[in-house]
Amino acid sequence: MNIVWLSLILLAVLTAAFRGTMSEVSKAAFQSATSAVELSIGLIGAMALFLGLMRIAQDAGLVQALAKLLRPLFRWLFPEVPKDHPALGAIALNMGANMLGLGNAATPLGLKAMQELQTLNKDQETATNAMCTFLALNSSSVQLIPAVVIGLRAASGSKNPSEIIIAAILATTCSTLVAVFSAKFFASLPYFKKSNPSGGDPK
Amino acid sequence: MKEFLNAASNWVVPLLLLGIPLYAIAVKKIKVYESFIEGAKEGFWIGVKIIPYLVAILVAIGMFRASGAMDLLIALLRPITSWVGFPPEALPIALLRPLSGSGTLGLISDVFQNFGPDSFVGRLVSVIEGSTETTFYVLAVYFGSIAVRKTRHALPASLLGDFTGIIAAFIICSLLF
Repeated sequence: MNIVWLSLILLAVLTAAFRGTMSEVSKAAFQSATSAVELSIGLIGAMALFLGLMRIAQDAGLVQALAKLLRPLFRWLFPEVPKDHPALGAIALNMGANMLGLGNAATPLGLKAMQELQTLNKDQETATNAMCTFLALNSSSVQLIPAVVIGLRAASGSKNPSEIIIAAILATTCSTLVAVFSAKFFASLPYFKKSNPSGGDPK
Repeated sequence: MKEFLNAASNWVVPLLLLGIPLYAIAVKKIKVYESFIEGAKEGFWIGVKIIPYLVAILVAIGMFRASGAMDLLIALLRPITSWVGFPPEALPIALLRPLSGSGTLGLISDVFQNFGPDSFVGRLVSVIEGSTETTFYVLAVYFGSIAVRKTRHALPASLLGDFTGIIAAFIICSLLF
Protein backbone atom coordinates (compact mmCIF):
# COMPACT_ATOMS: atom_id res chain seq x y z
CA MET A 1 0.00 0.00 0.00
CA ASN A 2 2.92 2.35 0.78
CA ILE A 3 4.40 1.93 -2.68
CA VAL A 4 1.07 2.22 -4.46
CA TRP A 5 0.12 5.36 -2.57
CA LEU A 6 3.43 7.10 -3.18
CA SER A 7 3.54 6.07 -6.85
CA LEU A 8 0.11 7.55 -7.48
CA ILE A 9 1.23 10.89 -6.04
CA LEU A 10 4.64 10.77 -7.74
CA LEU A 11 3.11 10.01 -11.14
CA ALA A 12 0.55 12.76 -10.62
CA VAL A 13 3.16 15.42 -9.78
CA LEU A 14 5.54 14.35 -12.56
CA THR A 15 2.78 14.31 -15.17
CA ALA A 16 1.43 17.63 -13.95
CA ALA A 17 4.91 19.17 -14.20
CA PHE A 18 5.22 18.10 -17.85
CA ARG A 19 1.70 18.91 -18.91
CA GLY A 20 1.17 22.08 -16.89
CA THR A 21 -1.81 20.70 -14.99
CA MET A 22 -0.38 21.51 -11.55
CA SER A 23 -3.23 23.84 -10.58
CA GLU A 24 -5.78 21.10 -11.30
CA VAL A 25 -3.74 18.62 -9.26
CA SER A 26 -3.51 21.03 -6.36
CA LYS A 27 -7.24 21.68 -6.48
CA ALA A 28 -7.98 17.97 -6.73
CA ALA A 29 -5.95 17.24 -3.59
CA PHE A 30 -8.09 19.55 -1.47
CA GLN A 31 -11.33 18.54 -3.12
CA SER A 32 -10.61 14.84 -2.60
CA ALA A 33 -9.73 15.40 1.05
CA THR A 34 -13.05 17.13 1.61
CA SER A 35 -15.05 14.51 -0.23
CA ALA A 36 -13.28 11.73 1.72
CA VAL A 37 -14.54 13.23 4.96
CA GLU A 38 -18.03 13.74 3.53
CA LEU A 39 -18.04 10.12 2.39
CA SER A 40 -17.01 8.86 5.85
CA ILE A 41 -19.59 11.00 7.62
CA GLY A 42 -22.18 9.87 5.11
CA LEU A 43 -21.32 6.27 5.91
CA ILE A 44 -22.07 6.77 9.61
CA GLY A 45 -25.82 6.76 9.11
CA ALA A 46 -25.84 3.51 7.15
CA MET A 47 -23.32 2.03 9.59
CA ALA A 48 -25.45 2.78 12.62
CA LEU A 49 -28.59 1.50 10.90
CA PHE A 50 -27.19 -1.82 9.71
CA LEU A 51 -25.01 -2.55 12.72
CA GLY A 52 -28.04 -1.87 14.93
CA LEU A 53 -30.11 -4.29 12.88
CA MET A 54 -27.28 -6.81 12.91
CA ARG A 55 -27.11 -6.67 16.69
CA ILE A 56 -30.78 -7.60 16.92
CA ALA A 57 -30.23 -10.46 14.48
CA GLN A 58 -27.22 -11.55 16.54
CA ASP A 59 -29.08 -11.47 19.83
CA ALA A 60 -31.85 -13.51 18.23
CA GLY A 61 -29.33 -16.10 17.01
CA LEU A 62 -30.09 -15.47 13.33
CA VAL A 63 -26.54 -14.51 12.37
CA GLN A 64 -25.08 -17.60 14.01
CA ALA A 65 -27.60 -19.79 12.16
CA LEU A 66 -26.54 -18.30 8.83
CA ALA A 67 -22.85 -18.75 9.66
CA LYS A 68 -23.51 -22.38 10.58
CA LEU A 69 -25.09 -22.94 7.18
CA LEU A 70 -21.96 -21.64 5.46
CA ARG A 71 -19.56 -23.46 7.79
CA PRO A 72 -18.11 -25.90 5.20
CA LEU A 73 -17.23 -23.01 2.87
CA PHE A 74 -15.83 -20.89 5.70
CA ARG A 75 -13.68 -23.72 7.03
CA TRP A 76 -11.87 -23.77 3.71
CA LEU A 77 -11.79 -19.97 3.19
CA PHE A 78 -10.81 -18.99 6.74
CA PRO A 79 -9.22 -22.03 8.42
CA GLU A 80 -7.66 -19.84 11.15
CA VAL A 81 -11.03 -18.56 12.40
CA PRO A 82 -12.65 -20.74 15.13
CA LYS A 83 -15.93 -22.21 13.92
CA ASP A 84 -18.23 -20.31 16.31
CA HIS A 85 -16.43 -16.96 16.10
CA PRO A 86 -18.66 -13.89 15.51
CA ALA A 87 -16.41 -12.85 12.59
CA LEU A 88 -17.95 -15.61 10.47
CA GLY A 89 -21.46 -14.31 11.13
CA ALA A 90 -20.49 -10.82 10.01
CA ILE A 91 -18.71 -12.21 6.93
CA ALA A 92 -21.82 -14.23 6.02
CA LEU A 93 -24.03 -11.13 6.27
CA ASN A 94 -21.54 -9.05 4.29
CA MET A 95 -21.48 -11.61 1.49
CA GLY A 96 -25.27 -11.80 1.50
CA ALA A 97 -25.59 -8.02 1.24
CA ASN A 98 -22.98 -7.95 -1.54
CA MET A 99 -24.76 -10.62 -3.54
CA LEU A 100 -28.04 -8.69 -3.32
CA GLY A 101 -26.22 -5.55 -4.43
CA LEU A 102 -26.95 -3.74 -1.15
CA GLY A 103 -23.73 -1.72 -1.06
CA ASN A 104 -24.99 0.46 1.82
CA ALA A 105 -25.44 -2.61 4.01
CA ALA A 106 -22.39 -4.52 2.81
CA THR A 107 -19.80 -1.94 3.93
CA PRO A 108 -20.93 -1.68 7.59
CA LEU A 109 -21.16 -5.46 7.84
CA GLY A 110 -17.77 -5.89 6.20
CA LEU A 111 -16.16 -3.42 8.61
CA LYS A 112 -17.77 -5.28 11.50
CA ALA A 113 -16.24 -8.49 10.13
CA MET A 114 -12.80 -6.82 9.99
CA GLN A 115 -13.11 -5.77 13.64
CA GLU A 116 -13.98 -9.32 14.63
CA LEU A 117 -11.06 -10.70 12.61
CA GLN A 118 -8.79 -8.16 14.32
CA THR A 119 -9.65 -9.69 17.73
CA LEU A 120 -7.92 -12.88 16.50
CA ASN A 121 -4.85 -10.99 15.28
CA LYS A 122 -1.60 -11.22 17.23
CA ASP A 123 -0.03 -8.20 15.51
CA GLN A 124 -2.56 -5.37 15.31
CA GLU A 125 -0.76 -3.61 12.44
CA THR A 126 -0.44 -6.53 10.04
CA ALA A 127 -3.18 -8.21 8.03
CA THR A 128 -3.88 -11.88 8.74
CA ASN A 129 -4.47 -14.46 6.01
CA ALA A 130 -8.18 -14.45 6.82
CA MET A 131 -8.33 -10.67 6.34
CA CYS A 132 -6.56 -10.88 2.98
CA THR A 133 -8.89 -13.63 1.75
CA PHE A 134 -11.91 -11.65 2.95
CA LEU A 135 -10.65 -8.51 1.18
CA ALA A 136 -10.02 -10.42 -2.05
CA LEU A 137 -13.55 -11.80 -1.85
CA ASN A 138 -15.00 -8.35 -1.21
CA SER A 139 -13.08 -6.43 -3.83
CA SER A 140 -13.86 -8.91 -6.59
CA SER A 141 -17.58 -8.14 -6.38
CA VAL A 142 -19.79 -11.13 -5.71
CA GLN A 143 -22.97 -9.27 -6.62
CA LEU A 144 -25.56 -11.22 -8.58
CA ILE A 145 -27.54 -8.28 -9.93
CA PRO A 146 -25.54 -5.18 -10.93
CA ALA A 147 -28.43 -2.85 -10.11
CA VAL A 148 -26.54 0.43 -10.58
CA VAL A 149 -25.38 -0.25 -14.10
CA ILE A 150 -28.78 -1.70 -15.08
CA GLY A 151 -30.38 1.53 -13.88
CA LEU A 152 -27.88 3.56 -15.90
CA ARG A 153 -28.58 1.46 -19.00
CA ALA A 154 -32.33 1.97 -18.56
CA ALA A 155 -31.84 5.71 -18.16
CA SER A 156 -29.73 5.82 -21.35
CA GLY A 157 -32.53 4.22 -23.39
CA SER A 158 -31.36 0.62 -23.61
CA LYS A 159 -33.86 -1.76 -25.24
CA ASN A 160 -33.05 -4.45 -22.70
CA PRO A 161 -31.18 -3.02 -19.69
CA SER A 162 -30.93 -6.32 -17.82
CA GLU A 163 -29.57 -8.43 -20.70
CA ILE A 164 -26.08 -8.14 -19.24
CA ILE A 165 -26.96 -9.98 -16.01
CA ILE A 166 -25.90 -13.45 -17.14
CA ALA A 167 -22.64 -12.16 -18.62
CA ALA A 168 -21.93 -10.18 -15.45
CA ILE A 169 -22.58 -13.20 -13.22
CA LEU A 170 -20.24 -15.34 -15.33
CA ALA A 171 -17.51 -12.67 -15.33
CA THR A 172 -17.83 -11.98 -11.62
CA THR A 173 -17.63 -15.70 -10.87
CA CYS A 174 -14.30 -15.80 -12.72
CA SER A 175 -12.98 -12.72 -10.93
CA THR A 176 -14.05 -13.98 -7.50
CA LEU A 177 -12.55 -17.43 -8.03
CA VAL A 178 -9.24 -15.99 -9.21
CA ALA A 179 -9.14 -13.45 -6.37
CA VAL A 180 -9.79 -16.08 -3.69
CA PHE A 181 -7.47 -18.71 -5.14
CA SER A 182 -4.69 -16.17 -5.61
CA ALA A 183 -5.16 -14.96 -2.02
CA LYS A 184 -4.79 -18.58 -0.91
CA PHE A 185 -1.81 -19.08 -3.21
CA PHE A 186 -0.01 -15.89 -2.12
CA ALA A 187 -0.54 -16.87 1.52
CA SER A 188 1.38 -20.08 0.88
CA LEU A 189 4.40 -18.26 -0.63
CA PRO A 190 7.42 -17.99 1.69
CA TYR A 191 7.52 -14.19 1.33
CA PHE A 192 3.99 -13.71 2.65
CA LYS A 193 4.24 -16.64 5.06
CA LYS A 194 7.08 -14.83 6.80
CA SER A 195 4.90 -11.76 7.42
CA ASN A 196 1.91 -13.76 8.67
CA PRO A 197 1.14 -12.38 12.15
CA SER A 198 0.08 -15.81 13.41
CA GLY A 199 3.42 -17.24 12.29
CA GLY A 200 2.09 -19.66 9.67
CA ASP A 201 1.13 -22.40 12.10
CA PRO A 202 -1.44 -22.16 14.87
CA LYS A 203 0.45 -21.80 18.13
CA MET B 1 -37.73 -7.93 -15.49
CA LYS B 2 -36.61 -4.39 -14.78
CA GLU B 3 -39.81 -3.60 -12.85
CA PHE B 4 -39.46 -6.81 -10.87
CA LEU B 5 -35.82 -6.04 -10.01
CA ASN B 6 -36.64 -2.51 -8.92
CA ALA B 7 -39.56 -3.68 -6.82
CA ALA B 8 -37.51 -6.47 -5.26
CA SER B 9 -34.65 -4.18 -4.30
CA ASN B 10 -37.11 -1.69 -2.79
CA TRP B 11 -38.62 -4.43 -0.65
CA VAL B 12 -35.44 -6.03 0.71
CA VAL B 13 -34.40 -3.45 3.30
CA PRO B 14 -37.86 -2.60 4.73
CA LEU B 15 -38.67 -6.31 5.02
CA LEU B 16 -35.39 -6.96 6.88
CA LEU B 17 -36.04 -3.97 9.14
CA LEU B 18 -39.43 -5.40 10.01
CA GLY B 19 -38.76 -9.13 9.94
CA ILE B 20 -35.63 -9.34 12.10
CA PRO B 21 -36.94 -7.33 15.10
CA LEU B 22 -40.31 -9.06 14.81
CA TYR B 23 -38.71 -12.51 14.98
CA ALA B 24 -36.38 -11.40 17.80
CA ILE B 25 -39.19 -10.06 19.95
CA ALA B 26 -41.80 -12.74 19.20
CA VAL B 27 -39.60 -15.84 19.31
CA LYS B 28 -36.59 -14.86 21.44
CA LYS B 29 -38.11 -12.18 23.72
CA ILE B 30 -35.27 -9.77 23.00
CA LYS B 31 -35.39 -6.08 23.90
CA VAL B 32 -35.04 -5.03 20.28
CA TYR B 33 -34.75 -1.30 20.82
CA GLU B 34 -31.87 -1.60 23.29
CA SER B 35 -30.15 -4.15 21.05
CA PHE B 36 -30.42 -1.82 18.08
CA ILE B 37 -28.90 1.11 19.98
CA GLU B 38 -26.00 -1.02 21.21
CA GLY B 39 -25.14 -2.03 17.66
CA ALA B 40 -25.69 1.45 16.21
CA LYS B 41 -23.19 2.98 18.66
CA GLU B 42 -20.43 0.90 17.13
CA GLY B 43 -21.33 2.15 13.68
CA PHE B 44 -20.60 5.71 14.66
CA TRP B 45 -17.03 5.03 15.77
CA ILE B 46 -16.16 2.95 12.75
CA GLY B 47 -17.29 5.82 10.53
CA VAL B 48 -15.00 8.27 12.33
CA LYS B 49 -12.02 5.91 12.40
CA ILE B 50 -11.84 5.45 8.63
CA ILE B 51 -11.58 9.20 7.86
CA PRO B 52 -7.75 9.52 7.79
CA TYR B 53 -7.35 6.40 5.64
CA LEU B 54 -9.99 7.52 3.21
CA VAL B 55 -8.43 11.01 2.96
CA ALA B 56 -5.02 9.49 2.19
CA ILE B 57 -6.18 7.22 -0.61
CA LEU B 58 -8.75 9.56 -2.17
CA VAL B 59 -6.28 12.46 -2.29
CA ALA B 60 -3.72 10.29 -4.11
CA ILE B 61 -6.34 9.06 -6.57
CA GLY B 62 -7.76 12.56 -7.06
CA MET B 63 -4.32 13.98 -7.85
CA PHE B 64 -3.57 11.10 -10.21
CA ARG B 65 -6.77 11.65 -12.15
CA ALA B 66 -6.43 15.44 -12.30
CA SER B 67 -2.84 15.31 -13.57
CA GLY B 68 -3.83 13.47 -16.74
CA ALA B 69 -1.45 10.59 -15.96
CA MET B 70 -4.31 8.27 -16.84
CA ASP B 71 -4.21 9.46 -20.48
CA LEU B 72 -0.51 8.60 -20.65
CA LEU B 73 -1.17 5.14 -19.26
CA ILE B 74 -3.94 4.62 -21.80
CA ALA B 75 -1.66 5.72 -24.64
CA LEU B 76 0.95 3.22 -23.43
CA LEU B 77 -1.51 0.34 -23.21
CA ARG B 78 -3.47 1.04 -26.38
CA PRO B 79 -1.17 -0.88 -28.80
CA ILE B 80 -1.53 -4.04 -26.68
CA THR B 81 -5.28 -3.81 -26.20
CA SER B 82 -6.05 -2.97 -29.83
CA TRP B 83 -3.93 -5.97 -30.84
CA VAL B 84 -6.33 -8.31 -29.00
CA GLY B 85 -9.38 -6.36 -30.21
CA PHE B 86 -10.32 -4.78 -26.88
CA PRO B 87 -12.31 -1.62 -27.70
CA PRO B 88 -10.18 1.49 -26.95
CA GLU B 89 -13.24 3.29 -25.53
CA ALA B 90 -13.52 0.69 -22.76
CA LEU B 91 -9.86 1.01 -21.71
CA PRO B 92 -10.21 4.12 -19.49
CA ILE B 93 -13.10 2.44 -17.67
CA ALA B 94 -11.14 -0.75 -17.09
CA LEU B 95 -8.22 1.26 -15.69
CA LEU B 96 -10.29 3.59 -13.54
CA ARG B 97 -12.55 0.90 -12.11
CA PRO B 98 -10.37 -0.16 -9.14
CA LEU B 99 -9.65 3.49 -8.28
CA SER B 100 -12.98 5.32 -8.41
CA GLY B 101 -16.57 4.10 -8.43
CA SER B 102 -18.24 7.42 -9.26
CA GLY B 103 -15.57 8.24 -11.86
CA THR B 104 -16.21 4.92 -13.58
CA LEU B 105 -19.96 5.52 -13.68
CA GLY B 106 -19.30 8.91 -15.25
CA LEU B 107 -17.17 7.37 -18.00
CA ILE B 108 -19.76 4.64 -18.53
CA SER B 109 -22.52 7.21 -19.11
CA ASP B 110 -20.21 8.88 -21.66
CA VAL B 111 -19.90 5.58 -23.53
CA PHE B 112 -23.68 5.05 -23.36
CA GLN B 113 -24.26 8.52 -24.75
CA ASN B 114 -21.74 8.22 -27.57
CA PHE B 115 -22.24 4.60 -28.62
CA GLY B 116 -25.51 3.56 -26.96
CA PRO B 117 -25.93 1.07 -24.10
CA ASP B 118 -26.78 -1.73 -26.55
CA SER B 119 -23.57 -1.41 -28.58
CA PHE B 120 -20.78 -3.92 -27.99
CA VAL B 121 -18.74 -1.37 -26.01
CA GLY B 122 -21.85 -0.40 -24.07
CA ARG B 123 -22.49 -3.98 -23.05
CA LEU B 124 -18.82 -4.65 -22.35
CA VAL B 125 -18.45 -1.71 -19.95
CA SER B 126 -21.72 -2.73 -18.26
CA VAL B 127 -20.35 -6.20 -17.61
CA ILE B 128 -16.99 -4.81 -16.44
CA GLU B 129 -18.82 -2.57 -13.98
CA GLY B 130 -20.86 -5.53 -12.73
CA SER B 131 -17.95 -7.90 -12.27
CA THR B 132 -15.27 -5.72 -10.62
CA GLU B 133 -15.03 -3.51 -7.55
CA THR B 134 -13.47 -0.25 -6.35
CA THR B 135 -10.57 -2.23 -4.91
CA PHE B 136 -8.49 0.67 -3.57
CA TYR B 137 -11.46 2.19 -1.79
CA VAL B 138 -12.44 -1.15 -0.25
CA LEU B 139 -8.88 -1.78 0.91
CA ALA B 140 -8.45 1.69 2.40
CA VAL B 141 -11.76 1.59 4.26
CA TYR B 142 -11.64 -2.01 5.46
CA PHE B 143 -8.05 -1.96 6.68
CA GLY B 144 -8.38 1.64 7.84
CA SER B 145 -11.24 0.80 10.16
CA ILE B 146 -8.97 -1.51 12.17
CA ALA B 147 -5.75 0.51 11.68
CA VAL B 148 -3.92 -2.28 9.84
CA ARG B 149 -1.04 -0.79 7.83
CA LYS B 150 0.72 -3.84 6.46
CA THR B 151 -1.81 -5.29 4.05
CA ARG B 152 0.41 -8.14 2.74
CA HIS B 153 -1.08 -9.96 -0.25
CA ALA B 154 -4.55 -8.36 -0.08
CA LEU B 155 -3.82 -5.84 -2.85
CA PRO B 156 -2.14 -8.17 -5.39
CA ALA B 157 -4.84 -10.82 -4.93
CA SER B 158 -7.63 -8.23 -5.31
CA LEU B 159 -6.06 -6.64 -8.39
CA LEU B 160 -5.61 -10.05 -10.00
CA GLY B 161 -9.33 -10.57 -9.40
CA ASP B 162 -10.17 -7.25 -11.08
CA PHE B 163 -7.89 -8.01 -14.01
CA THR B 164 -9.57 -11.39 -14.43
CA GLY B 165 -12.98 -9.72 -14.27
CA ILE B 166 -12.06 -7.40 -17.15
CA ILE B 167 -10.58 -10.18 -19.32
CA ALA B 168 -13.54 -12.46 -18.53
CA ALA B 169 -16.00 -9.65 -19.36
CA PHE B 170 -14.31 -9.16 -22.74
CA ILE B 171 -14.27 -12.87 -23.60
CA ILE B 172 -17.83 -13.50 -22.40
CA CYS B 173 -19.21 -10.45 -24.22
CA SER B 174 -17.42 -11.47 -27.42
CA LEU B 175 -19.06 -14.90 -27.18
CA LEU B 176 -22.54 -13.78 -26.09
CA PHE B 177 -23.18 -10.59 -28.01
